[in-house]
Amino acid sequence: VAWVWFHRFGSPPYFYRVAGVLTPWFGWAAALLCTAGVIGGLGFAPPDYQQGDGFRIIYVHAPSAWLSLMVYVVMASGAFVGLVWRINVAHAVAASCASIGASFTAVALVTGSLWGRRMWGTYWEWDPRLVSELMLLFLYLGYMGLRSAIDDTGRADRASAVLAIVGVVNVPIIHYSVIWWNSLHQAPSVMKFGKPTIELSMLIPLLLMLAGFTALFVTLLLIRARGEVLRRERNARWTVDVVGPIGEAA
Amino acid sequence: MLKFLEMGGYAAYVWPSYALTALVVGMNIYWARRSLREARAEARRRLASTRVKT
Repeated sequence: VAWVWFHRFGSPPYFYRVAGVLTPWFGWAAALLCTAGVIGGLGFAPPDYQQGDGFRIIYVHAPSAWLSLMVYVVMASGAFVGLVWRINVAHAVAASCASIGASFTAVALVTGSLWGRRMWGTYWEWDPRLVSELMLLFLYLGYMGLRSAIDDTGRADRASAVLAIVGVVNVPIIHYSVIWWNSLHQAPSVMKFGKPTIELSMLIPLLLMLAGFTALFVTLLLIRARGEVLRRERNARWTVDVVGPIGEAA
Repeated sequence: MLKFLEMGGYAAYVWPSYALTALVVGMNIYWARRSLREARAEARRRLASTRVKT
């Protein structure tokens, strides 16, 4: 049964149609979760006993940092599936991840830098967590650069897939950097085994934001991947049915 | 309200973080939709020209 599902999603017309149906559901979920998260985070969570209201940066910093890692894992998984099973839709998904991931990695770095300026007294420190996150940004940019440098889509898919898969070693390095090395950055308070070490009224808005950003990413990915799939299906008959009346002034 | 905007003295760090995040989220939504729109327009043009040829 799993294989049937797998192959169905590998079919471009099926993917295009189902992704179109799913988009508004994820989009509205993202909007509701993020709205509730921001209201809770700015309005209801109490000030931190050490950082006062400064800690509220967490509600945009942590979800962006979470996305920077999750998007990379999705991108590398798509690249792997595309490379091994030669599924074009998987390559389209991987290619759609890069710019989303890069932009949220940049947000994580900049909001972290603002937070660090206030709490550590510096915008930047050559710290394991910060450096490995910066490497992640370069991986995304390298992936995008490599793709745009190769004209043939098939070759761009294979070359960029290898880069994405090799770069996945950076993901656990980022996550465990604060544990393995003596880092300025605090250790995880939510993403760990056992009970989170954070007050419930602070935690709930954070969880809402994490879920909201995840739904936002799925929405963005579905929209982008549909476009990417359509571009790859140059002359397929099914595209006639989905782009509307032909001959209209486009 | 003013007290809320002051963010306990952290306004200069908190608000730019939220503004940047909102901007990037908005840009991502715009870019994604534009990319799909362009792909559809491109496909429509291509299909239209193929029909003329055949």
